[in-house]
Amino acid sequence: MSKLKLATVWLDGCSGCHMSFLDMDERLLELAELVDVVYSPIVDAKDFPDSVDIALVEGAVASVDDEKKIKKIRAHSKMLIAIGDCAITGNVPAMRNPIGREAILDRAYFENATIQAQIPCVVVPELLKVVRPIHEFVKVDVYLPGCPPSADTFHTALTALITGEPLDIPALTRFGA
Amino acid sequence: MSESVGVKTLQIDGQEVSARSGQTILEVALENEIYIPTLCHLDGLSDVGACRLCVVEVKGNNKLFPACVTTVFEGMEVSTNTERLRKHRCNILELLFAERNHVCSVCVSNGHCELQTMAQNQGLTHVRLPYRNPELTVDASHERFTVDHNRCILCTRCVRVCAEVEGAHVWDVMGRGINSIVITDLHEDWGKSSCTRCGKCVQVCPTGALFDKAKIGSDHPKYPDFLPYLNQMREAQ
Ligand code: SF4
Ligand code: SF4
Ligand code: SF4
Ligand code: FES
Repeated sequence: MSKLKLATVWLDGCSGCHMSFLDMDERLLELAELVDVVYSPIVDAKDFPDSVDIALVEGAVASVDDEKKIKKIRAHSKMLIAIGDCAITGNVPAMRNPIGREAILDRAYFENATIQAQIPCVVVPELLKVVRPIHEFVKVDVYLPGCPPSADTFHTALTALITGEPLDIPALTRFGA
Repeated sequence: MSESVGVKTLQIDGQEVSARSGQTILEVALENEIYIPTLCHLDGLSDVGACRLCVVEVKGNNKLFPACVTTVFEGMEVSTNTERLRKHRCNILELLFAERNHVCSVCVSNGHCELQTMAQNQGLTHVRLPYRNPELTVDASHERFTVDHNRCILCTRCVRVCAEVEGAHVWDVMGRGINSIVITDLHEDWGKSSCTRCGKCVQVCPTGALFDKAKIGSDHPKYPDFLPYLNQMREAQ
Protein backbone atom coordinates (compact mmCIF):
# COMPACT_ATOMS: atom_id res chain seq x y z
CA MET A 1 0.00 0.00 0.00
CA SER A 2 1.42 3.38 -0.91
CA LYS A 3 1.48 5.88 1.92
CA LEU A 4 -1.43 8.26 2.37
CA LYS A 5 -0.76 11.97 2.12
CA LEU A 6 -1.59 13.74 5.39
CA ALA A 7 -1.86 17.50 5.90
CA THR A 8 -2.38 19.33 9.18
CA VAL A 9 -3.60 22.91 9.14
CA TRP A 10 -3.67 25.65 11.77
CA LEU A 11 -6.43 28.24 11.41
CA ASP A 12 -7.68 30.33 14.37
CA GLY A 13 -6.64 28.06 17.22
CA CYS A 14 -4.00 28.07 19.93
CA SER A 15 -1.97 25.21 18.39
CA GLY A 16 -2.97 23.08 21.39
CA CYS A 17 -4.52 20.56 19.02
CA HIS A 18 -1.22 20.24 17.17
CA MET A 19 0.59 19.86 20.49
CA SER A 20 -1.79 17.07 21.44
CA PHE A 21 -1.19 15.45 18.06
CA LEU A 22 2.55 15.48 18.79
CA ASP A 23 1.82 14.01 22.23
CA MET A 24 1.30 10.70 20.45
CA ASP A 25 5.05 10.41 21.06
CA GLU A 26 6.56 7.17 19.74
CA ARG A 27 3.25 6.25 18.16
CA LEU A 28 4.06 8.92 15.58
CA LEU A 29 6.69 6.55 14.19
CA GLU A 30 4.02 3.90 13.72
CA LEU A 31 1.88 6.49 11.99
CA ALA A 32 4.79 7.56 9.77
CA GLU A 33 4.78 4.02 8.32
CA LEU A 34 1.29 4.71 6.99
CA VAL A 35 1.32 8.39 6.04
CA ASP A 36 3.54 11.11 4.65
CA VAL A 37 3.02 14.51 6.20
CA VAL A 38 2.97 16.70 3.10
CA TYR A 39 1.83 19.98 4.65
CA SER A 40 1.81 21.18 8.26
CA PRO A 41 3.09 23.94 10.56
CA ILE A 42 5.80 21.41 11.45
CA VAL A 43 7.03 20.71 7.90
CA ASP A 44 8.57 23.14 5.45
CA ALA A 45 5.98 23.22 2.68
CA LYS A 46 4.76 26.69 1.79
CA ASP A 47 1.71 25.86 -0.31
CA PHE A 48 -1.11 23.45 0.25
CA PRO A 49 -0.51 20.50 -2.15
CA ASP A 50 -2.81 19.73 -5.08
CA SER A 51 -3.99 16.45 -3.67
CA VAL A 52 -4.10 15.32 -0.06
CA ASP A 53 -5.79 12.20 1.30
CA ILE A 54 -6.46 13.37 4.86
CA ALA A 55 -6.46 16.98 6.06
CA LEU A 56 -6.63 17.65 9.80
CA VAL A 57 -7.82 21.17 10.48
CA GLU A 58 -7.36 22.95 13.81
CA GLY A 59 -9.02 26.26 14.59
CA ALA A 60 -12.09 28.24 13.65
CA VAL A 61 -12.62 30.43 10.60
CA ALA A 62 -12.04 33.94 11.92
CA SER A 63 -10.43 35.96 9.10
CA VAL A 64 -10.71 36.36 5.34
CA ASP A 65 -7.49 34.41 5.15
CA ASP A 66 -8.93 31.46 7.09
CA GLU A 67 -11.91 31.43 4.77
CA LYS A 68 -9.71 31.32 1.67
CA LYS A 69 -7.57 28.58 3.22
CA ILE A 70 -10.43 26.31 4.24
CA LYS A 71 -11.96 26.47 0.77
CA LYS A 72 -8.64 25.57 -0.81
CA ILE A 73 -8.08 22.75 1.67
CA ARG A 74 -11.52 21.32 0.89
CA ALA A 75 -10.95 21.49 -2.85
CA HIS A 76 -7.69 19.56 -2.58
CA SER A 77 -8.46 17.00 0.15
CA LYS A 78 -10.26 13.68 -0.06
CA MET A 79 -11.09 13.62 3.66
CA LEU A 80 -11.37 16.69 5.84
CA ILE A 81 -11.24 16.17 9.60
CA ALA A 82 -12.19 19.00 11.95
CA ILE A 83 -9.99 18.63 15.02
CA GLY A 84 -10.75 20.36 18.29
CA ASP A 85 -13.59 22.52 19.54
CA CYS A 86 -12.37 25.68 17.76
CA ALA A 87 -12.80 24.00 14.38
CA ILE A 88 -16.08 22.37 15.43
CA THR A 89 -17.88 24.93 17.60
CA GLY A 90 -15.88 28.16 17.29
CA ASN A 91 -14.88 27.67 20.95
CA VAL A 92 -12.48 30.25 22.43
CA PRO A 93 -11.98 32.41 19.29
CA ALA A 94 -15.78 32.62 18.94
CA MET A 95 -16.05 34.16 22.40
CA ARG A 96 -15.66 37.48 20.63
CA ASN A 97 -18.89 36.96 18.71
CA PRO A 98 -21.34 38.32 21.29
CA ILE A 99 -19.06 41.30 21.88
CA GLY A 100 -18.60 42.19 18.22
CA ARG A 101 -15.60 42.62 15.94
CA GLU A 102 -15.39 46.40 16.26
CA ALA A 103 -15.33 46.38 20.04
CA ILE A 104 -12.60 43.74 20.02
CA LEU A 105 -10.42 45.65 17.57
CA ASP A 106 -10.97 48.81 19.54
CA ARG A 107 -9.88 47.15 22.74
CA ALA A 108 -6.79 45.59 21.18
CA TYR A 109 -5.52 48.39 18.97
CA PHE A 110 -6.81 51.62 20.52
CA GLU A 111 -7.75 51.31 24.18
CA ASN A 112 -4.65 49.34 25.07
CA ALA A 113 -2.24 51.07 22.68
CA THR A 114 0.18 53.68 23.94
CA ILE A 115 1.82 54.39 20.59
CA GLN A 116 0.72 54.01 16.94
CA ALA A 117 -2.93 53.36 17.67
CA GLN A 118 -4.25 51.87 14.43
CA ILE A 119 -5.84 48.72 13.10
CA PRO A 120 -3.30 46.85 10.98
CA CYS A 121 -4.28 46.61 7.32
CA VAL A 122 -1.23 44.96 5.76
CA VAL A 123 0.08 41.42 6.42
CA VAL A 124 -2.45 40.83 9.21
CA PRO A 125 -5.63 39.51 7.53
CA GLU A 126 -8.93 41.26 8.06
CA LEU A 127 -11.19 39.69 10.67
CA LEU A 128 -14.56 38.30 9.69
CA LYS A 129 -17.55 39.78 11.47
CA VAL A 130 -18.16 36.55 13.36
CA VAL A 131 -15.99 33.52 14.05
CA ARG A 132 -17.59 30.34 12.74
CA PRO A 133 -16.90 26.61 12.78
CA ILE A 134 -15.45 25.25 9.56
CA HIS A 135 -18.50 23.19 8.61
CA GLU A 136 -20.38 26.44 8.09
CA PHE A 137 -18.04 27.07 5.11
CA VAL A 138 -17.20 23.64 3.71
CA LYS A 139 -18.24 20.02 4.07
CA VAL A 140 -16.49 18.27 6.93
CA ASP A 141 -16.17 14.48 6.85
CA VAL A 142 -15.18 13.72 10.44
CA TYR A 143 -15.49 15.68 13.69
CA LEU A 144 -13.04 15.10 16.52
CA PRO A 145 -14.16 17.31 19.43
CA GLY A 146 -12.10 18.18 22.49
CA CYS A 147 -9.99 21.10 23.66
CA PRO A 148 -7.74 19.54 22.62
CA PRO A 149 -8.66 15.98 21.66
CA SER A 150 -6.25 13.79 23.62
CA ALA A 151 -3.28 12.06 22.03
CA ASP A 152 -5.11 8.77 22.55
CA THR A 153 -8.12 10.14 20.71
CA PHE A 154 -5.88 11.22 17.83
CA HIS A 155 -4.19 7.86 17.73
CA THR A 156 -7.35 5.76 17.84
CA ALA A 157 -9.24 7.94 15.37
CA LEU A 158 -6.42 8.31 12.83
CA THR A 159 -5.52 4.63 12.91
CA ALA A 160 -9.16 3.72 12.32
CA LEU A 161 -9.57 6.23 9.50
CA ILE A 162 -6.37 5.15 7.76
CA THR A 163 -7.11 1.44 8.00
CA GLY A 164 -10.86 1.82 7.41
CA GLU A 165 -11.80 0.30 10.76
CA PRO A 166 -15.10 1.41 12.36
CA LEU A 167 -14.81 4.45 14.59
CA ASP A 168 -17.04 5.53 17.51
CA ILE A 169 -16.01 9.14 18.17
CA PRO A 170 -18.41 9.98 21.06
CA ALA A 171 -16.93 7.00 22.91
CA LEU A 172 -13.52 8.68 22.69
CA THR A 173 -14.12 12.36 23.25
CA ARG A 174 -16.66 15.20 23.71
CA PHE A 175 -16.92 19.00 23.63
CA GLY A 176 -14.45 20.48 26.12
CA ALA A 177 -12.65 17.16 26.71
CA MET B 1 -63.37 0.52 44.95
CA SER B 2 -61.06 -2.44 44.72
CA GLU B 3 -57.30 -1.95 44.61
CA SER B 4 -56.94 -3.29 41.07
CA VAL B 5 -58.96 -0.44 39.52
CA GLY B 6 -55.95 1.83 39.86
CA VAL B 7 -53.62 -0.57 38.08
CA LYS B 8 -52.73 -0.11 34.42
CA THR B 9 -50.83 -2.53 32.25
CA LEU B 10 -48.85 -1.28 29.30
CA GLN B 11 -45.80 -1.99 27.17
CA ILE B 12 -42.59 0.01 27.11
CA ASP B 13 -40.18 -1.02 24.35
CA GLY B 14 -42.04 -4.30 24.07
CA GLN B 15 -41.70 -5.04 27.77
CA GLU B 16 -44.95 -5.69 29.72
CA VAL B 17 -45.07 -3.39 32.73
CA SER B 18 -47.69 -2.40 35.26
CA ALA B 19 -48.27 1.02 36.70
CA ARG B 20 -50.48 2.85 39.14
CA SER B 21 -53.10 5.09 37.63
CA GLY B 22 -51.81 8.64 37.29
CA GLN B 23 -48.16 7.69 36.97
CA THR B 24 -46.12 9.24 34.18
CA ILE B 25 -44.41 7.20 31.47
CA LEU B 26 -41.07 8.36 32.86
CA GLU B 27 -41.86 7.15 36.38
CA VAL B 28 -42.92 3.76 35.13
CA ALA B 29 -39.90 3.48 32.85
CA LEU B 30 -37.53 4.35 35.71
CA GLU B 31 -39.18 1.81 38.00
CA ASN B 32 -38.54 -0.82 35.33
CA GLU B 33 -34.97 0.29 34.67
CA ILE B 34 -35.74 1.57 31.18
CA TYR B 35 -33.60 4.63 30.48
CA ILE B 36 -35.22 7.74 29.00
CA PRO B 37 -32.95 10.79 28.56
CA THR B 38 -34.03 13.85 30.58
CA LEU B 39 -32.68 17.29 31.38
CA CYS B 40 -35.43 19.33 33.06
CA HIS B 41 -36.77 16.44 35.15
CA LEU B 42 -35.33 15.95 38.61
CA ASP B 43 -36.50 13.46 41.22
CA GLY B 44 -38.13 15.46 43.98
CA LEU B 45 -39.42 18.35 41.83
CA SER B 46 -42.66 18.74 39.92
CA ASP B 47 -42.40 18.09 36.19
CA VAL B 48 -42.94 20.84 33.63
CA GLY B 49 -41.92 19.30 30.30
CA ALA B 50 -39.49 22.10 29.45
CA CYS B 51 -36.61 20.38 27.66
CA ARG B 52 -38.48 17.78 25.57
CA LEU B 53 -35.55 15.41 25.66
CA CYS B 54 -37.75 12.70 27.13
CA VAL B 55 -40.02 12.49 24.08
CA VAL B 56 -41.40 9.02 23.35
CA GLU B 57 -43.66 7.47 20.73
CA VAL B 58 -47.09 6.12 21.66
CA LYS B 59 -48.57 3.57 19.27
CA GLY B 60 -51.58 4.83 17.35
CA ASN B 61 -50.54 8.47 17.63
CA ASN B 62 -48.22 10.35 15.32
CA LYS B 63 -47.37 13.03 17.91
CA LEU B 64 -44.42 12.69 20.22
CA PHE B 65 -45.11 12.80 23.96
CA PRO B 66 -42.86 14.10 26.75
CA ALA B 67 -42.58 11.07 29.04
CA CYS B 68 -42.21 13.18 32.19
CA VAL B 69 -45.65 14.80 31.89
CA THR B 70 -47.65 12.13 30.04
CA THR B 71 -49.67 9.78 32.21
CA VAL B 72 -50.04 6.12 31.32
CA PHE B 73 -53.26 4.48 30.16
CA GLU B 74 -54.39 0.89 29.89
CA GLY B 75 -52.91 -0.95 26.91
CA MET B 76 -50.54 1.89 26.00
CA GLU B 77 -47.59 0.89 23.79
CA VAL B 78 -44.59 3.15 24.27
CA SER B 79 -41.29 3.25 22.35
CA THR B 80 -38.47 5.17 23.97
CA ASN B 81 -35.53 4.75 21.61
CA THR B 82 -36.47 4.71 17.93
CA GLU B 83 -34.46 6.25 15.11
CA ARG B 84 -37.00 9.06 14.91
CA LEU B 85 -36.65 9.85 18.61
CA ARG B 86 -32.87 9.75 18.49
CA LYS B 87 -33.01 12.24 15.61
CA HIS B 88 -35.32 14.59 17.51
CA ARG B 89 -33.19 14.39 20.66
CA CYS B 90 -30.12 15.39 18.67
CA ASN B 91 -32.04 18.29 17.12
CA ILE B 92 -33.11 19.48 20.58
CA LEU B 93 -29.57 19.29 21.92
CA GLU B 94 -28.22 21.16 18.91
CA LEU B 95 -30.82 23.88 19.47
CA LEU B 96 -29.73 24.19 23.10
CA PHE B 97 -26.08 24.58 22.11
CA ALA B 98 -26.82 27.03 19.29
CA GLU B 99 -29.17 29.15 21.40
CA ARG B 100 -26.64 30.47 23.94
CA ASN B 101 -22.86 30.62 24.34
CA HIS B 102 -21.67 27.25 25.54
CA VAL B 103 -17.91 27.22 25.45
CA CYS B 104 -17.30 23.99 27.32
CA SER B 105 -13.52 24.35 27.41
CA VAL B 106 -13.73 27.43 29.64
CA CYS B 107 -16.86 26.48 31.59
CA VAL B 108 -16.86 25.81 35.35
CA SER B 109 -19.00 22.75 34.67
CA ASN B 110 -16.72 21.22 32.05
CA GLY B 111 -16.66 17.52 32.84
CA HIS B 112 -19.63 17.66 35.23
CA CYS B 113 -22.30 19.06 32.94
CA GLU B 114 -25.53 17.22 32.16
CA LEU B 115 -25.90 18.94 28.79
CA GLN B 116 -22.36 18.10 27.75
CA THR B 117 -22.70 14.48 28.89
CA MET B 118 -26.08 14.17 27.20
CA ALA B 119 -24.62 15.40 23.90
CA GLN B 120 -21.89 12.79 24.18
CA ASN B 121 -24.37 10.03 25.09
CA GLN B 122 -26.60 10.89 22.18
CA GLY B 123 -23.65 10.76 19.77
CA LEU B 124 -23.53 14.47 18.98
CA THR B 125 -20.16 15.58 17.56
CA HIS B 126 -21.12 18.94 16.08
CA VAL B 127 -23.99 21.39 15.80
CA ARG B 128 -25.49 21.76 12.34
CA LEU B 129 -27.34 25.00 13.13
CA PRO B 130 -25.63 28.37 13.04
CA TYR B 131 -24.81 29.66 16.52
CA ARG B 132 -26.86 32.66 17.61
CA ASN B 133 -24.10 34.29 19.69
CA PRO B 134 -26.47 36.31 21.89
CA GLU B 135 -25.13 39.02 24.17
CA LEU B 136 -25.92 37.76 27.66
CA THR B 137 -24.99 38.92 31.12
CA VAL B 138 -23.33 37.35 34.13
CA ASP B 139 -24.64 38.39 37.56
CA ALA B 140 -21.96 38.02 40.21
CA SER B 141 -23.61 40.32 42.76
CA HIS B 142 -24.31 37.47 45.18
CA GLU B 143 -21.78 36.93 47.92
CA ARG B 144 -21.50 33.21 47.25
CA PHE B 145 -22.95 32.34 43.84
CA THR B 146 -22.97 33.50 40.22
CA VAL B 147 -25.51 33.15 37.43
CA ASP B 148 -24.08 33.00 33.91
CA HIS B 149 -26.96 33.26 31.45
CA ASN B 150 -24.68 32.11 28.63
CA ARG B 151 -24.95 28.56 30.03
CA CYS B 152 -28.62 28.48 31.02
CA ILE B 153 -30.86 26.00 29.18
CA LEU B 154 -34.08 27.26 30.83
CA CYS B 155 -34.84 23.91 32.43
CA THR B 156 -36.34 25.83 35.43
CA ARG B 157 -34.97 23.38 37.95
CA CYS B 158 -33.71 26.40 39.94
CA VAL B 159 -37.15 28.00 39.86
CA ARG B 160 -38.84 24.83 41.05
CA VAL B 161 -36.38 23.84 43.76
CA CYS B 162 -36.47 27.34 45.24
CA ALA B 163 -40.27 27.52 45.21
CA GLU B 164 -41.14 23.92 46.01
CA VAL B 165 -38.41 22.77 48.36
CA GLU B 166 -36.77 25.85 49.86
CA GLY B 167 -40.08 27.72 49.88
CA ALA B 168 -38.47 31.06 49.01
CA HIS B 169 -39.50 31.38 45.35
CA VAL B 170 -36.68 33.73 44.47
CA TRP B 171 -36.31 32.50 40.87
CA ASP B 172 -38.68 33.05 37.98
CA VAL B 173 -38.61 33.21 34.21
CA MET B 174 -38.91 36.54 32.39
CA GLY B 175 -39.54 37.11 28.68
CA ARG B 176 -40.78 34.84 25.96
CA GLY B 177 -39.37 32.01 23.88
CA ILE B 178 -35.74 32.28 22.93
CA ASN B 179 -35.44 35.59 24.81
CA SER B 180 -36.48 34.17 28.17
CA ILE B 181 -34.07 34.41 31.07
CA VAL B 182 -34.22 33.30 34.67
CA ILE B 183 -34.46 36.20 37.12
CA THR B 184 -34.24 36.67 40.87
CA ASP B 185 -37.15 38.44 42.56
CA LEU B 186 -38.55 41.07 40.18
CA HIS B 187 -35.38 41.08 38.08
CA GLU B 188 -33.23 42.41 40.89
CA ASP B 189 -29.55 41.57 41.36
CA TRP B 190 -29.25 38.13 42.93
CA GLY B 191 -27.12 39.71 45.66
CA LYS B 192 -29.94 42.07 46.62
CA SER B 193 -32.75 39.53 46.31
CA SER B 194 -34.63 37.61 48.97
CA CYS B 195 -32.29 34.63 48.43
CA THR B 196 -31.78 32.59 51.60
CA ARG B 197 -28.29 31.49 50.46
CA CYS B 198 -29.22 27.81 50.79
CA GLY B 199 -27.53 26.91 47.49
CA LYS B 200 -30.16 24.40 46.40
CA CYS B 201 -30.56 26.02 42.97
CA VAL B 202 -26.81 25.78 42.37
CA GLN B 203 -26.80 22.08 43.19
CA VAL B 204 -29.70 21.24 40.86
CA CYS B 205 -28.59 23.38 37.91
CA PRO B 206 -27.55 20.87 35.23
CA THR B 207 -25.02 23.19 33.56
CA GLY B 208 -22.52 25.87 34.48
CA ALA B 209 -25.26 28.53 34.61
CA LEU B 210 -25.36 28.58 38.41
CA PHE B 211 -22.13 28.09 40.24
CA ASP B 212 -20.42 28.51 43.55
CA LYS B 213 -17.86 31.34 43.52
CA ALA B 214 -15.60 29.38 45.82
CA LYS B 215 -15.13 26.88 43.03
CA ILE B 216 -14.38 29.13 40.06
CA GLY B 217 -11.70 27.70 37.85
CA SER B 218 -11.80 24.30 39.45
CA ASP B 219 -13.96 21.25 39.08
CA HIS B 220 -17.54 22.04 39.91
CA PRO B 221 -19.43 18.80 40.48
CA LYS B 222 -23.05 19.25 41.57
CA TYR B 223 -24.94 17.04 43.98
CA PRO B 224 -28.58 17.02 42.89
CA ASP B 225 -29.15 13.73 44.75
CA PHE B 226 -29.51 15.71 47.96
CA LEU B 227 -33.08 16.42 46.85
CA PRO B 228 -34.75 12.99 47.02
CA TYR B 229 -32.84 12.45 50.28
CA LEU B 230 -34.09 15.71 51.74
CA ASN B 231 -37.65 14.91 50.73
CA GLN B 232 -37.39 11.43 52.22
CA MET B 233 -36.17 12.84 55.52
CA ARG B 234 -39.00 15.36 55.58
CA GLU B 235 -41.60 12.71 54.86
CA ALA B 236 -40.14 10.50 57.58
CA GLN B 237 -40.77 13.18 60.20
S1 SF4 C 1 -9.64 23.29 20.44
FE1 SF4 C 1 -8.60 23.99 22.27
S2 SF4 C 1 -6.52 23.17 22.06
FE2 SF4 C 1 -7.48 23.08 20.03
S3 SF4 C 1 -6.92 24.99 19.05
FE3 SF4 C 1 -8.87 25.36 20.04
S4 SF4 C 1 -8.35 26.22 22.05
FE4 SF4 C 1 -6.50 25.26 21.23
S1 SF4 D 1 -22.82 24.44 30.63
FE1 SF4 D 1 -22.21 22.44 29.89
S2 SF4 D 1 -22.65 22.50 27.73
FE2 SF4 D 1 -22.61 24.58 28.46
S3 SF4 D 1 -20.53 25.25 28.18
FE3 SF4 D 1 -20.67 24.48 30.22
S4 SF4 D 1 -19.98 22.37 30.03
FE4 SF4 D 1 -20.53 23.03 28.00
S1 SF4 E 1 -30.05 28.55 35.75
FE1 SF4 E 1 -29.61 26.35 35.63
S2 SF4 E 1 -31.29 25.38 36.76
FE2 SF4 E 1 -31.93 27.47 36.28
S3 SF4 E 1 -33.06 27.31 34.38
FE3 SF4 E 1 -30.95 27.81 33.84
S4 SF4 E 1 -29.97 25.84 33.49
FE4 SF4 E 1 -31.86 25.42 34.58
S1 FES F 1 -37.47 15.69 31.09
FE1 FES F 1 -39.39 15.64 30.12
S2 FES F 1 -39.43 17.49 29.05
FE2 FES F 1 -37.55 17.62 30.11
